[in-house]
Amino acid sequence: MQPIDPQKWLRNKARISPYEIAFWIAALIIPYAFFPNYLALASQIAATAIFCIALDLIIGYAGIISLGHAAFFGLGAYAAGILSQKGWGEPISGALFGAIFAGFCGWIVSFMIVRVQHLALLMITLGLGFLLVELANTLDWLTGGSDGLLGIDTWNLFGVFKFTFWGYTAYGYTLGAAFLVFLLCRRLVNSPFGLALETIRENPQRTTALGVPNRARLQKVFTISAAIAGLAGAILAQTTETVSLDSLGFQRSADIAVMLILGGTGRLYGAILGSIIFLVARDQLSGMNPQYWYFWIGLLLMIVVLFMPRGILGGLEKIKSKLSTKPNQKVDGA
Amino acid sequence: MNALETRNLNKAFGSLVVADDISIQLPKGARHALIGPNGAGKTTLINLMTGALTPDSGSVLLGDQDITGLESNERVKRGLGRTFQINTLFPELTPLESTTMAICERMGVAQNWLSPLANQTEAIDEAFGLLTQIGLADDCTKPTVDLAYGQQRLLEIALALATKPKVLLLDEPAAGIPKSESAALFEAIADLPKDISVLFIEHDMNLVFTFASSITVLVQGKVLVEGTPDEIAHDPLVREVYLGGADHG
Repeated sequence: MQPIDPQKWLRNKARISPYEIAFWIAALIIPYAFFPNYLALASQIAATAIFCIALDLIIGYAGIISLGHAAFFGLGAYAAGILSQKGWGEPISGALFGAIFAGFCGWIVSFMIVRVQHLALLMITLGLGFLLVELANTLDWLTGGSDGLLGIDTWNLFGVFKFTFWGYTAYGYTLGAAFLVFLLCRRLVNSPFGLALETIRENPQRTTALGVPNRARLQKVFTISAAIAGLAGAILAQTTETVSLDSLGFQRSADIAVMLILGGTGRLYGAILGSIIFLVARDQLSGMNPQYWYFWIGLLLMIVVLFMPRGILGGLEKIKSKLSTKPNQKVDGA
Repeated sequence: MNALETRNLNKAFGSLVVADDISIQLPKGARHALIGPNGAGKTTLINLMTGALTPDSGSVLLGDQDITGLESNERVKRGLGRTFQINTLFPELTPLESTTMAICERMGVAQNWLSPLANQTEAIDEAFGLLTQIGLADDCTKPTVDLAYGQQRLLEIALALATKPKVLLLDEPAAGIPKSESAALFEAIADLPKDISVLFIEHDMNLVFTFASSITVLVQGKVLVEGTPDEIAHDPLVREVYLGGADHG
């Protein structure tokens, strides 16, 4: 047996693979070159991927299950939207404003979140979503209520690139943001903090016995995740120039959780893959049969959860490792 | 000054008294065994010491410091480490990652979210050194769930050592370990640094009488008797209720 070099082993684990570089180049080129009519969809996918990565940080890495994360997505969307409506339409500062506002709200909520687990956690996150939808509905003088927030005007990106109906600028802007968010999160999950989160997810009792202040760590990641979700919402608001109540609602929270579970939790790319599959499938299937497309999503979700408990990406990784190593390895979850 | 001391600890769950006025002193460098029949409250006592449970009354002192009001993780920071009776590990992570995390936490760099883990060379080297010392170096990059049971028991100890404890509480370190793997564990316990004070719960009398310099016998949440291994082995009361008292009701 070869002696183990622990530093090298850990470094290799976090190394950027050629697949990753290929993926991001493809994400830049393919929509522009081959699907110019689908750039609006592509930028919606990229914004959703940002949101899904935010959810992966808390569910996949830290083990905080949320059914109400759209609350922060919507808060970011409304914050950036209202800012623009009131006369400041510069996109980058607007998106950061949405992120900071959502992150601040996430920090407040995190005090409650880290004190509960399991069913109570689901109910609190669910309740938070309900609460915010009704609040936004009631404050219709500010949010436009059920009519949605109108009058958003996003200025040119860098003062040059105009956001048009065709979405050339929108996709570049959203993909750029997604890439930066991805780099940041990749850094986070490969840091000592990221490892601490994984240990808390695996066994919070034990991390306490190792001196880890679990709640402080979880509050930090929840706040970061809320800010990223807010950024995604802000970007979607800027690129579509509208915000509606459903951006805060349960349906969006549920959809994003489905995307994450389809793609695979705890690996960042699972969040991206899930967003692509879900939104492309919705686009294609709803074109064929607008009413029943959730039937197919439901079926896909059940198949994936039954046969690939770690999501599509987790399933692919397993197949790959089975092909490359000897088949006498232990199956996990024993 | 004792490394660890409890003063008149009391704890009851409803009408069930699990700790009844327990006062124990653990001198520096001690090898102290805690024995007693099932349900005597041994693990409860450890949980009271570590802060996993809060006593109804009484206090816990680490050195000269009263730690009764501190959270568990803060007690660890002050030098109180523990292992668990049932393997309480991170199944999906490797021993290298688990141990490195524990050391990063101790060094105060575990909140760092913008620099790579691989840059924590000091922590990684220390983790690998610890795993080598305990005999897990060859398997330290396998997921914990794939390790043999005895190896997982060793990892329990490595993790506790990673916190650099002054006092180490071992809750049945040899529980469930097959005979073929127990030698490595005995060796790990024998090799524990001499300046660490160790309190261990154990049913294996071989282990108790090999390592303990003093023994406390706990029965129904109460200290029955305390003494050297020799005294305990010849104490008629202990023989009656614990070591051989099958006829006692």
